[in-house]
Amino acid sequence: MKMKNFGERIPQSLFFIIALSALTVLALITIFIFIEGVPLIVKVGFFKFIFGMKWAPSQGFYGIFPMIVGTVSVTLGAIILGVPVALCCAIFLAEFAPRWLSDIVRPAIQLLAGIPSVVYGFWGLIFIVPLIRNYLGGPGLSILAGSIILAIMILPTVISISEVSLLSLSPLLKEGAFALGATHWQTIRSVLVPAAKSGILASIILGVGRAVGETMAVIMVLGNAVALPNSILSPVRTLTTNIGIEMGYASGEHQQALFATGIVLLVIIMILNSLAQYSIRRK
Amino acid sequence: MGIRVNPRTTQRIAKAVIWSAAVLVLLLLFTIIIYILSKGIPHITWQFLTEIPSDMGKSGGILSAIVGTLAVTIVAIVVATPLGVGTAFYLTEYTRESGVTKIIRFSAESLAGIPSIVYGLFGFIFFVTYLKLGWSILSGGLTLAVMILPTIIRTSEEAIRTVPPMYREVSFSLGGTKWQTMTKVLIPSALPGISTGIILGIGRCVAETAAIILTAGSALQMPTSLFSPARTLAVHFYILASEGISLDNAYATAAILIILILLINIGANLLINRFVAKRR
Amino acid sequence: MKKTMSEQIKISIKNLNFFYNNKEVIKALNLDIRENEILSVFGPANSGTTTLLRALNRMTDLTPGARMEGEILLDGKNIRSPDINISELRRKVSMVFEVPTPLPMSIFDNVAYGPRLSGVKNRVLLEHTVEESLQMAVLWDEVKDRLHNSAMRLSGGQQQRLCLARILALHPEVILLDRPCSGLDPVSTSKIEESLRHLKEKFTIVIVPHNVQQAGRVSDRAAFLLMGDLVEVGLTAEVFANPKDKRTSDYITGRFG
Repeated sequence: MKMKNFGERIPQSLFFIIALSALTVLALITIFIFIEGVPLIVKVGFFKFIFGMKWAPSQGFYGIFPMIVGTVSVTLGAIILGVPVALCCAIFLAEFAPRWLSDIVRPAIQLLAGIPSVVYGFWGLIFIVPLIRNYLGGPGLSILAGSIILAIMILPTVISISEVSLLSLSPLLKEGAFALGATHWQTIRSVLVPAAKSGILASIILGVGRAVGETMAVIMVLGNAVALPNSILSPVRTLTTNIGIEMGYASGEHQQALFATGIVLLVIIMILNSLAQYSIRRK
Repeated sequence: MGIRVNPRTTQRIAKAVIWSAAVLVLLLLFTIIIYILSKGIPHITWQFLTEIPSDMGKSGGILSAIVGTLAVTIVAIVVATPLGVGTAFYLTEYTRESGVTKIIRFSAESLAGIPSIVYGLFGFIFFVTYLKLGWSILSGGLTLAVMILPTIIRTSEEAIRTVPPMYREVSFSLGGTKWQTMTKVLIPSALPGISTGIILGIGRCVAETAAIILTAGSALQMPTSLFSPARTLAVHFYILASEGISLDNAYATAAILIILILLINIGANLLINRFVAKRR
Repeated sequence: MKKTMSEQIKISIKNLNFFYNNKEVIKALNLDIRENEILSVFGPANSGTTTLLRALNRMTDLTPGARMEGEILLDGKNIRSPDINISELRRKVSMVFEVPTPLPMSIFDNVAYGPRLSGVKNRVLLEHTVEESLQMAVLWDEVKDRLHNSAMRLSGGQQQRLCLARILALHPEVILLDRPCSGLDPVSTSKIEESLRHLKEKFTIVIVPHNVQQAGRVSDRAAFLLMGDLVEVGLTAEVFANPKDKRTSDYITGRFG
């Protein structure tokens, strides 16, 4: 009889240890990336690292500001292009689509999310880049190309979370607005969307996180010039593509600098995640 | 503000814009898929699937990449599934959020947002270098396991939570222990939901590139053990495409990737529907 | 011939105080439950009737914030002593819940679930146990041809009898029933009450009836619980005909409810 109780206690502690795996992994990632990257940041100097304009590892220059500008501009472009479309789709699914149609569109969006980022990048290289080059000028490999690709890639994230936010609103809100004589669109615009604001905002923040973290989709279309861009048609590098391109042959200090870039990415993502959580909680 | 626009007109315009957005998204999806498939499928031959690449991938097939993809995916699933389902079970055992559950949840959510290239850096410094596993299927698979862990935790937790709490009570009242209750009642009931998470994890493994290059390497040869370096389909495709080695083979590889993803998504959706239907 | 109630005490409750999050729900309860009797524990809502039942097989351990003072002795042994195996306790003192909850498996697997949990693997033995239990729960005739169909397809009354069969398969000593017939039609209710009358020859039964009339129909002795206080206990016929406490007669006659 005593054995049975003992046998019950083993699974208890086993599950506890298993459950700690997520925390352990997070800790390991943070520790190891920081251990590799921090020494370099200290050596170069925090401000010289973040705001330095020159990135030339062979000469010992490790300024990542051009890459920061690259990340910011590509991400901004993705948000400007992608969020309006995504919001419209979310509204479409939540308010306008008949059941049979949403049963087609929703899996389609999931599929969009599943396509490997390299395939997006390739398609962008074949399709989008020549279009830009021929109609807008420049080398085609540009911020604009990256933004377009990323805009497509963040659609699933923004659409699904925004749709859920809209669907979880109390039906009384809609009824109240209709009872006051509002049209469907007026209700959506002035009542439903504002009411779902925090969820929609969270989805956008998560979309930003996705765009910031993307590598393979943009590595083929950005042109990868390590310089400050002067227009959206300029080629550029992002924090992520910098790592992706150079990690293959970097060593020593150079490699540490790439890890340091990784630290910057981690910090950005952590901030974005906290913002998204905060936004949801404010509801 | 001069002219007063009829709200019905505004609505018509708005509806048109919204419908076109939806159409645009569908169009994009079809364009990408059909373009790749049309250019790629013609080059998929039986030889292509069963031979190993030669001449940097310009000729020969992709068998080693297929094996590589299978291998890292299996390692990832085998490692991540028990950890993920176990964590989900732990989280659902408590009706109230304690400090511990909050920390675990925070960890899982944070992990979900980390960029894949950062996972690649981690995998490189931890598995390849620190644990001395080298560029290998094992390094790649373990890195992938870490990447898909949050997904499995999230879907498994959701699945277990939808099992009626009375089932737990009934099992306990019949003398079941926590372990018996989990294995004989909760997991079987939650299985469709858990499987969905696993399938989504598989999809992620197949599609991942950045993390794999940095951990499993990009060797062309057929891997011989868990410690061999290997290429996955996604990595092979990337190299073929970005270095311009063979456009035809690139398209073919991409087509295979797309077909795999299609199958995986269809599988997941079928499971989700069964899940919903079971709850009636 | 009506079997006389044994004088053997099966369960002895001594000075039980029960708290949920420091709110007292059962106060200084002393009660003896005799072997082979049907005791009904009745009273208005929130009087602690369900809590008392759940305490008898320590289902209350599963509720966060639940705390107990005093002793509950099963065959003289304190059920909360550290060397008691809870799983075994719950098999000895088994519970049928208010809402019929078949597990999502076949009828056969539902009834075999308990025995399988305690390690019974022999197929012949399981089949025998399943048939015996379904017979005792007066359900065998209705399901013997479809034992491997899903239990979810049974009617409410059948599902509840299935739950009864499920615990009978454990060969318990005490059967606890928490409002087992709420929501059931009168035919199912009478079938269950009929099976209880047969079962008491082998088991000790404690039931929280879902109305006073059921207590009158089914039980040998009745205990009236009001807001956590045991007001009075005695032979059902006497408690109903000549209640010693005014509160009892008020409740029984429906002056409050």
